[in-house]
Amino acid sequence: MVDNPDGPVPTGELVLSLRGISKNFGAVSALTDIDLDVHAGEVVALVGDNGAGKSTLVKILAGVHQPSSGTISFRGKQVALADPSAALTLGIATVFQDLALCENLDIVANIFLGRELNPLRLDEVAMEVRAWTLLNELSARIPSVRVVVASLSGGQRQAVAIARSLLLEPKLILLDEPTAALGVAQTAEVLNLIERVRDRGLGVVIISHNMEDVRAVADRIVVLRLGRNNGIFTPDASNQELVSAITGASNNSVSRRAERRQAQQDQIQEPRP
Amino acid sequence: MSRQVEQAAPVPPQLDRADVRVKHEAGLSGAIRAFFDRVRSGDLGSLPVIVGLVIIWTVFASINPIFLSSSNLVNLLFDSSTVGVIALGIVCVLMVGEIDLSVGSISGFASALVGTLWVNQGWPVALAILAAIAVGGFIGALYALLFNRLGMPSFVSTLAGLLAVLGLQLYILGSTGSINLPYGSNLVNFGQLLVMPKIVSFGLAAVPGIVMLITGLRTVARRRAANLSAPSTGGLVTRAVAITIVLELIVFYLNQARGIPWMFGLFVGLVIAMHYALTRTKWGRSMSAVGGNREAARRAGINVRLIYSSAFVLCSMLAAFGGVLSAARLASASQQAGTGDVNLNAIAAAVIGGTSLFGGRGSAYSALLGIIVIQSIASGLTLLDLSSSLRYMITGAVLAIAVIVDSLARRSRVSHGRA
Repeated sequence: MVDNPDGPVPTGELVLSLRGISKNFGAVSALTDIDLDVHAGEVVALVGDNGAGKSTLVKILAGVHQPSSGTISFRGKQVALADPSAALTLGIATVFQDLALCENLDIVANIFLGRELNPLRLDEVAMEVRAWTLLNELSARIPSVRVVVASLSGGQRQAVAIARSLLLEPKLILLDEPTAALGVAQTAEVLNLIERVRDRGLGVVIISHNMEDVRAVADRIVVLRLGRNNGIFTPDASNQELVSAITGASNNSVSRRAERRQAQQDQIQEPRP
Repeated sequence: MSRQVEQAAPVPPQLDRADVRVKHEAGLSGAIRAFFDRVRSGDLGSLPVIVGLVIIWTVFASINPIFLSSSNLVNLLFDSSTVGVIALGIVCVLMVGEIDLSVGSISGFASALVGTLWVNQGWPVALAILAAIAVGGFIGALYALLFNRLGMPSFVSTLAGLLAVLGLQLYILGSTGSINLPYGSNLVNFGQLLVMPKIVSFGLAAVPGIVMLITGLRTVARRRAANLSAPSTGGLVTRAVAITIVLELIVFYLNQARGIPWMFGLFVGLVIAMHYALTRTKWGRSMSAVGGNREAARRAGINVRLIYSSAFVLCSMLAAFGGVLSAARLASASQQAGTGDVNLNAIAAAVIGGTSLFGGRGSAYSALLGIIVIQSIASGLTLLDLSSSLRYMITGAVLAIAVIVDSLARRSRVSHGRA
């Protein structure tokens, strides 16, 4: 089906397909039998409570961890992601939750880490120009690309990490909490960017705790709970449905809190004539 | 006239000058201000070692004027080259945040190997040297294997190596205990006598300034073409001229005595090559990345194990080569070669020169500057006719001060947001 693996991805093609992925850390089953499909031109949101296995799944896709069992197919071919460079070569770029930046290197060096232009005589000028282009696309407020990452704020670091993931023209981007440390404007820029990336025909997997962001950009919402698939929703699903899928019950702390608030309001309103 | 019109037209901001919040220092006064800001925030670079060197030289020169005589300085350069090459290898392992404690033993073993193979077995000298360096590389590969596959901390594996390799050295030297290298042979001449012809030394001293000017001008042109800010041409020329004048004066002074040793020229050549490799190649970038954040480097697709291996192998090979040079310097391969203070002098030189013990920060030039500090102390105390007991104590104190400066500067960098 795929004749030219480096060519543009036709929209709608199945980019990534996971079947029965499990991951055990010793006695702990972080993931059990996970299935996940990502199509080209689609934003899939992974949501779930803390410890649901979202970041573990992303790390498996990035080649950081290897699954204990199950298969990963990328663009129709079964692949093994033995290490991070294998994932990068295939065209899977990742923005990790901890960003994975080298604090002792400057921004240009971090963006091009492992993919420097002209390995035997680094082309600093071309790399700096490209770094500015990528950062300006994100409307990142970066004073200079020649400062070390240690001197940047959390939001600036996140912008650098996202810029780095775009460098290689990937086919699939994994964003683990991409807006966690961002300001209002930058969050909007990242959401715009996700839409732009989707419109270019890339698959996007985004992890977020922010339901507003998730609804704003996601085409499908995949819920994980305790390391298992727990339902797939569309963005117009009600908050109640999502919360009960995430927490695993219709009677949960979120709904109880809502009921209590409602009861309090009713009480306040009752004495009135 | 047309130029003025061009200048009056609104200029689009340069790519890296678009942010109005950032101060950009321009001109000479700006450069000086930026330098002081950097130092205050803990980004010291080579400043402590240069200050230290000035203090040490002032003290020794005031006690014994012979210390600063050109003939003494030429001897100092001969002595610096041998341990300096070993310190250059230490810079490599420190860059990735590891350590090699066995460089002294490896250097001694390499000198013993050259002695046995060349003098006793009759091998051609070049082949014997190559064999010694190859064996050094093999030992480094062994450390890399222990580190990468078995997770053995380099501190422990190289400590074990220190003893094991010393044992090998004693074993191949056998009962005789020492082998004299023949006087008059090329190797011994290289280590003891050969100096550059004056004209060559003046010529070589002009090279750094010229290279700096040419590459600097090319970078300026490329940055302007790419709409990036560029340093002023005037500043570039000033720096190049200043460096050339300083180097030519040093060479002129040393040429009052025997001149610049070829061995020192070789050492400086290695330092410059290492500096280029560490700062201008992908390999060097990966070394800094692995030293700074190993996991981030791995996730960026860098082959972290290969980078560690390259650091260990390079360090051991340079240690072996340094051992060959010291055998040439002493015209002998003995049981004492590489023992005593060689090990710690090499490590101290790298650290005193400004390479961080914590990994990710360092420069090839730190080996050069650091070893000159250490050899200055040794030479000054020898001239004062003080025993080696005092020498050890003073070198130890200087090393302690260097590490303290490194730690304090690191803390200050963290609080000023420059890691």
